[in-house]
Amino acid sequence: MLITIPILALFVCFNTIPLIRGVIYSFTNFKGFGSYDWVGLRNYIDLFSDARVGKSYLFTFKLAIVTTIVVNVLSLVLALALNSKIRAKSFFRGAYFLPNILGALVVGYIFNYFFTYILPALGTMIGSDSMSKSMLSNPDSAWVGIMIVCAWQAVAMNTIIYISGLQTVPEDVYEAGGLDGATGWKQFRYLTFPLIIPFFSINMVLCVKNFLMVFDQIMALTKGGPAQSTESISYLIYNNGMSGGQFGFQSANAVIFFLVIVTVSVAQMKFTGKKEEQL
Amino acid sequence: MKEGMTKKTNWTAMVVLILGLSAIVFPLYMTLVIAFKQPSEMTNSVSGILSLPKTWSLDNFREAMRVTDFWNSLKNSLLITVSTVALSIAIHSLMGYALGRNKSHSKFYSFVYLFIVSGMFVPFAILMMPLAKQTAEMGLANWFGVILLYVVFYMPMNILLYSGYLVNIPMALEEAAKVDGASTWRTYWKIIFPIMRPMHATVAVLTALAVWNDVMTPLVIMAGSDQNTLPLAQLNFQTQFGTNYNLAFASYLLSLIPILIFYVICQKQILNGVVNGAVK
Repeated sequence: MLITIPILALFVCFNTIPLIRGVIYSFTNFKGFGSYDWVGLRNYIDLFSDARVGKSYLFTFKLAIVTTIVVNVLSLVLALALNSKIRAKSFFRGAYFLPNILGALVVGYIFNYFFTYILPALGTMIGSDSMSKSMLSNPDSAWVGIMIVCAWQAVAMNTIIYISGLQTVPEDVYEAGGLDGATGWKQFRYLTFPLIIPFFSINMVLCVKNFLMVFDQIMALTKGGPAQSTESISYLIYNNGMSGGQFGFQSANAVIFFLVIVTVSVAQMKFTGKKEEQL
Repeated sequence: MKEGMTKKTNWTAMVVLILGLSAIVFPLYMTLVIAFKQPSEMTNSVSGILSLPKTWSLDNFREAMRVTDFWNSLKNSLLITVSTVALSIAIHSLMGYALGRNKSHSKFYSFVYLFIVSGMFVPFAILMMPLAKQTAEMGLANWFGVILLYVVFYMPMNILLYSGYLVNIPMALEEAAKVDGASTWRTYWKIIFPIMRPMHATVAVLTALAVWNDVMTPLVIMAGSDQNTLPLAQLNFQTQFGTNYNLAFASYLLSLIPILIFYVICQKQILNGVVNGAVK
C-alpha cells in the first residue's frame, strides 16, 4: 500500500531526523545560535565529570525508584480494596481515577501552595518546628514534595491496571486456596500476587519510564531548586540546553539519557518477562 | 442476581477507601474555596485559608479569564486536541492496518513496523532541541507544528494498539470483499475501519488525555508564537498572578473544568480506554 510512504516520511522527518541531528549536535560546541565547531567526544568526557549533571542523574533515579515503590504499594492496597465487596464500587473507582486526568502542571501549582502555606501553618499550629517551614525550600526535603505530587497522580493509573489484573483471577482459585488454609496475607502472597505479575510488570515499566522523564512537576514545584537539588534530567536538558547556551553539551546529555531509558526499559522487560507465571 | 447479596460488605476496605478519598478530595476542595475567596479573607491560619468563602462571587474567574486570555487558550487547546485525535484515528489506524496485515510476509513492512514502534523509547528530551530548531526553520513553530509533532509522537503506541487489535479480526472478511471486486482502499474504509471502533475509542481517549495535559511540546515549539494552550497559559502567566493566590487558583480551576466535564460525561469510556491501552 502506497499510503504508508508519506506516513513513514512524516515519522522520519519529525522523529528520526531530529534524533540524528541531536546526536550530531552532541559532538559540537553549538550554543543554539551562531557558528559552531566539532569537538569530538569532548562533551561526553565533560559530562561524566560535571557535578551538576551527576547530581541530576542521582536525583532523578532516587525520585523514580522511591516513587515507583510508594506508588505500587499504595495502588495494590487500593486495588485490593476496590476489588473487594464494597458499597458504591463504581463511585469509588471513578473518584480514585480522577487525579490521573488532571494536568500535572496545574496539580503541581496547587500542591505548591499546599506545601508553601498550608502545611507550615499546620506545623505552627501543632508546634512542630520542622513542619513550620516549607519542605520545598529545604534542599533535603524538596524531593519528598515532588514525590508526593507524582505519586498522587500516578497511583490512580496503577490502581486501575491492578484492578483489571485482579479481575482476571478466577474465584475458584481463592476457594481452592481457602481449603488449603490460604487466607489474608498468605492468600495474597502465594495466590493473588503470582497471578497478577504481568500487571505488576506493566506498572513497573510505566512508572519507572514516566518518573525518569519527570518535568511538569519540577516546573510547577521547584524549578530545579533549592540549590539545584531537584533538577531532573529532562529539566536540566530543557533549561540549560534551550536557554543556557549549552545546546551541544546538553545534546550529549540527552543522548546518554536516551540510552539510559532504552537500557532500563529493555532490562525491566527481560527481568519481569521471566517471572511471569501462567495459570 | 446482585453479587452484593451473597456476601457481606468488606468494611475494612470501605474504611481504607474513605480515608484515601480524603487525600484526593482535599486538594480539590482547597482549590475551590481559595478560587472563590477575596485576598482580604485569606488569613495566615489554616482555618482562615480553608474556611468557606463569605460570598460565592465569580469576580476572580472574570479577572482570571481576562489576565490569561482564557478563551483563546481554550480555543487553541481544543483545536490542537481535536485535530490530533482525528488525525491519529485516521492515519494511525490506516498505518496500523497496512503494517499489521503485511508484516508477517513482507520484510519491508516488518522493518517499518519495528522501526516506528521502537520510536516509543525515544524521550522527548533528545528531540526537543533539534525539533525547536527544525520547526522554526520550517515555519512550523505554531499550533500546526505542534499537531504534526503529536501525530508523530503517538504513532508508535497507536500503531502497536491497532495492529494488535487486527490480529483478532479474521482475514475472511477482506478476502470476501476482494472477491467481490472491492479495492484494498475501499475494503479498508468500508469494512475494517468500522470494525476497529473499540480501538478508535481507546486511541481517542489516550491521545486526548496526553495531548490536553501536555506542557513540554507547546512550551518548546510555540514559545515565540504568542499563543498559549490552557496549561501553557498557567505557566506563562504565573508571574502575573503575583501574590494574588485567589486569582491564580481561579485560573487553575478554570483550566481544570473542561477535562472534569469530559471525565464526568465519558468516565466509562475513559477508564476502559486507559486499561485497554496499558494492558495490550
